Amino acid sequence: MKVPLSWLREYVDLPAVTAHEVADKLTAAGLKLESITSHGHDVKNVVVGEVLEIEELTGFKKPIRHCKVETGEAAPREIICGATNFAAGDRVPVVLPGGVLPGGFEVGARKTYGRMSEGMICSERELGLSDEHGGIMVLPAGTPIGADVVELLGLRDDVIELEITPDIGYALSIRGVAREAATAFGVAFRDPADVEVPKETEPAWPASIADPTACDRFVLREVTGFDPDAKSPLWMRVRLTRAGMRPVSLAVDITNYLMLELGQPLHAFDRAKLTGEIVVRRAVAGERLETLDHVVRELDPDDILITDQSGPISMAGTMGGLATEISDESTAIVIEAAHFSATGISRESRRHGLVSESSKRFERGVDRELPLVASWRAVQLLAELGGATIQPGVTHAEVEVSPARIAIPAGYPGTVAGVPYAKETVVARLEQIGCVVVDGDDPAVRKGGVDPTGVVTGGALAARLAVTGDDMITVTPPSWRPDLTDPNDLAEEVIRLEGYEGLPSLLPKAPAGAGLTEGQRLRRRVGRALAEGGYVEVLSYPFISPDDFDRLLLPAEDARRHAVRLANPLSEDEPLMRTTLLPGLLKTLVRNVGRGFTDVALYESGAVYRPRDNAPGVAPVLGVERRPTPEELASIESALPDQPLRVAVVLVGEFERSGWWGAGRQASWADAVQAARLVAAEARLELSISADQHEPWHPGRCAALYVGDTLVGHAGELHPRVIEAYGLPARTAAMELELSRLEAAMPGPVETPPVSAYPVATQDVALIVPDFTPVADVEAALRDGAGELLESIRLFDVYAGEQVGEGNKSLAYSMRFRAADRTLTVEETTAARDAAVALAADRVGAQLRSS
Amino acid sequence: MSDYDPVEVTPLHADEVSRMEADAIAAIKAADSLDALKQARLAHAGDRSPIALANREIGALPPAARAEAGKRVGGARRAINEALAARQAELEAERDARVLVEETVDVTLPWDRRPRGARHPLTTLQERIADAFVAMGYEVAEGPELEGEWFNFDALNIAKDHPARSDHDTFFVGSTESGMVLRTQTSPVQIRALLERELPVYVISPGKTFRTDELDATHTPVFHQTEGLAVDEGLTMAHLKGTLDRFAEVMFGKGITTRFRPNYFPFTEPSAEMDLKCFVCRGASAVPGNPPCRTCKSEGWIEWGGCGMVNPRVLVACGVDPARYSGFAFGMGIERTLMFRHNAEDMRDMVEGDVRFTLPFGMEI
Repeated sequence: MKVPLSWLREYVDLPAVTAHEVADKLTAAGLKLESITSHGHDVKNVVVGEVLEIEELTGFKKPIRHCKVETGEAAPREIICGATNFAAGDRVPVVLPGGVLPGGFEVGARKTYGRMSEGMICSERELGLSDEHGGIMVLPAGTPIGADVVELLGLRDDVIELEITPDIGYALSIRGVAREAATAFGVAFRDPADVEVPKETEPAWPASIADPTACDRFVLREVTGFDPDAKSPLWMRVRLTRAGMRPVSLAVDITNYLMLELGQPLHAFDRAKLTGEIVVRRAVAGERLETLDHVVRELDPDDILITDQSGPISMAGTMGGLATEISDESTAIVIEAAHFSATGISRESRRHGLVSESSKRFERGVDRELPLVASWRAVQLLAELGGATIQPGVTHAEVEVSPARIAIPAGYPGTVAGVPYAKETVVARLEQIGCVVVDGDDPAVRKGGVDPTGVVTGGALAARLAVTGDDMITVTPPSWRPDLTDPNDLAEEVIRLEGYEGLPSLLPKAPAGAGLTEGQRLRRRVGRALAEGGYVEVLSYPFISPDDFDRLLLPAEDARRHAVRLANPLSEDEPLMRTTLLPGLLKTLVRNVGRGFTDVALYESGAVYRPRDNAPGVAPVLGVERRPTPEELASIESALPDQPLRVAVVLVGEFERSGWWGAGRQASWADAVQAARLVAAEARLELSISADQHEPWHPGRCAALYVGDTLVGHAGELHPRVIEAYGLPARTAAMELELSRLEAAMPGPVETPPVSAYPVATQDVALIVPDFTPVADVEAALRDGAGELLESIRLFDVYAGEQVGEGNKSLAYSMRFRAADRTLTVEETTAARDAAVALAADRVGAQLRSS
Repeated sequence: MSDYDPVEVTPLHADEVSRMEADAIAAIKAADSLDALKQARLAHAGDRSPIALANREIGALPPAARAEAGKRVGGARRAINEALAARQAELEAERDARVLVEETVDVTLPWDRRPRGARHPLTTLQERIADAFVAMGYEVAEGPELEGEWFNFDALNIAKDHPARSDHDTFFVGSTESGMVLRTQTSPVQIRALLERELPVYVISPGKTFRTDELDATHTPVFHQTEGLAVDEGLTMAHLKGTLDRFAEVMFGKGITTRFRPNYFPFTEPSAEMDLKCFVCRGASAVPGNPPCRTCKSEGWIEWGGCGMVNPRVLVACGVDPARYSGFAFGMGIERTLMFRHNAEDMRDMVEGDVRFTLPFGMEI
């Protein structure tokens, strides 16, 4: 809302304060300052002059005039001018040499077109008044020569732009802002709607309301004999322009001007184009209307229409129809002022993508008492400025609406604020915003009401929201505040007007909390462990493409292909919610590599979205007047997809850098598997690793990760075709596991292990096994065979070559034995080692390698 | 008195003992290496050294003479041992100085064999905020990102026709009639907390949120919020103010407070916009004539988030009796907080995953 300060001052006796001071007070009251634009403060030396003589100069590409202009100085000025719309004897604005025009444009005396030009004759645009630049601005005859044009035309003004929240539609008007400003400065407010409207009983053009849910008040007035050539006066055009609206024609400008001033949208029909009674109703399927913007619109049965015998003539509160629009020939005009359903207009404007100044106001709530007043002022202005004759009579269709009333204890605003307010303060503040306050309770108010959207609420909700106590007051909010329906709405009004800055600052006594949950701690540890381990966290978007599934080589039946689809994705290419973290990570990896980073290790932790089998496609939208039942809540939950938390890494290039110390080490499948172990260790779990073939991994370099019998994820090197599809560097490795499953499997607190003080006995063994034998199986056999004397086992060499035979490998282990209660003898450790080797021989065919 | 004459036992003669001592000390001083000193020790302090032999003779003296001879020999041995220890220390110091110099390395050589990674600042900032509230007794509450419309809108008193509910702002799942959306705010966690937990409830809920904005320097369709909720008996707006003032101090230092301006949110009533006193200029830049401040754009205050008293309609939808309980709620954007707390100027950097953006933030923020 753009508010010219001069317009505001017309209705509030503001003290001598700057625009900034006004804006600060309004901001503190909830009308937030967006910006302040100053007009005309830099203009000087512009005076009224009379054109004495005009000499047309010839020989130039365009007409040029040399004028003698009387400006009330010692002698007339000689001024060159390129415009031709004025005549000798006209009074015009003249900027004298040394004068300044808006924007700091200085004007001097100079030689041009072979003559001296001492200043300039100005157009409206040059004076910053409007966009009018078709010619010189000709002032009314009799304007005093030499008068200061800045003062005369009100060039100087400040425009305060305010952000108006959707609950206070009344502030989308000079009237509403003036009321707030008057309250903020504690000065008098003159209501521009406080106009004597003649009592009339005769109807004007016939009209009726067919759908009372669409419209509860509809007013028509008529004028005839309007002069279609009449121009809007300068003051009106200046105010419209500064308030952000483009002047169009007198009749349209009047409707816009009153909308800005009062907040009541108005519509003007050309009476000659109307046929028969006007009816406000909903559309019928198949109806169409060509609107002012020359678009033929298919109407929806929910649309609110103004119709006559010819069919739809206007989309209520949104945009008028082209056929009944006033033109530059209209002389008889019908003015419409109505009160439409806020939700109805909001839906209509959204459905058709039509946001107008009118729809903005209706959907935020317009004062229901304005139509009679606003339409009267409109016809008055049409008469005054356009020479029209006001036709007697007014059409007034309305639906009975009972105003909302709210009863609260007088102390309630203080209870909400945490600081007591005297009852007189509460009552005075409520009266300042226009409420009628009476002492005492009225239980009837708890039987129902109207919510801010205009929906009549049941008595049950009103009763649940009711606040009772000592010293009750019953409050009837004013017609321009349909947002005030609940006790807390009244509390807010009192608290904001008393000032939020006056609120004390107190800490509540919260009960002792339990801190973070195990799962929350785990997630933090996992992030820290991976970051310490060299991985950089990314937060990629969870949107993926069906093509990602192909790039990942997922088989047709793979569960990860079953993804949630968005109805309105940002990009039609990525309409799906991720079922795996890998696409986002891989794309981020490619981006980093593309920016010159050859060694990159990334991780991401986040939800994936996995639709449940047999889930209902719709989550019911429940009521809000009570707590839902467990069954109702379960019906929502069952429709939502499973959203487990996962963690994944991708890495490429040197994982250990080369440098002056020697060669580095390339990232490999092994680092990816190790990342999984790192994550599992944070959950105090040890992973069982086994070879697997699972896309998108390399079929020979893919590890399945288990906790007990539960598969938790996969790790390894990516399939070369996946690497190619994403444009990744060769040998990119990746790991993905489901953190939620680790969380579920987390064991309890660590059991302290016995720490034996007896000496360790070490035995090394080298075993020959067939190539394909998983090392994990060999180690498991050695552990199981060695029994409980084994303290630890470590694989320290893997060798394949002639000495161990074709198709074999040699595994060298260091085994450490220790007992809790004695020093082990050589015989004991040898026996344990032999048992270990024997079991390995038995399980995997391992042979002891002779040294 | 014995008739034994000590003078007749030559090695114990005073001159003889002095000579042994002088010889020993000369040899010790002459030792130019630890090996040479070892030899000198053997020769002059060892079992077979003259002074050791002399010591054995003491027993042969008549008792009356033993004390004096013992004193003489003991003194000499002590002097020799002291000289040995001193020379040993000297020679070791010399050796250490020489060897350690030879072992000198260039300690400025780099050792970035396994560079550390980093956590994303949006993650760690959310944790830091949560920790501030956990310290005040709050617990961290969670909810799904793909959420029921009822939780995201209706229960929060956001009416069916509210503009935020259109597919211009909200991502709908399946179709706009599915009743499922990507949550547009962390506020649905408030509803879940009130439905699932016992009163009183004090929770903080950080998380990912979604709106259909195109990515640019100041917008991203996937962003993060942190939301707080307290519902208890007797909570007032003064408690909300106190809580946020305390939070501002914890995050930005002593003396940094908040300011409320009236605003509108469907789920709170009264509602307020919360500004943070600029933690860089402390408001000074707003005074004409003072140097400008980049962090608050010389306004003295930084817009931080929204807050208010929980709308009793929200309590009713969760089955909480507004006649007995009241509450407050607040929320702030994490991207925005990162922007002003760390001078991050472009949201795209937070999204793109460039390692240069994230690495400087390390493990905690």
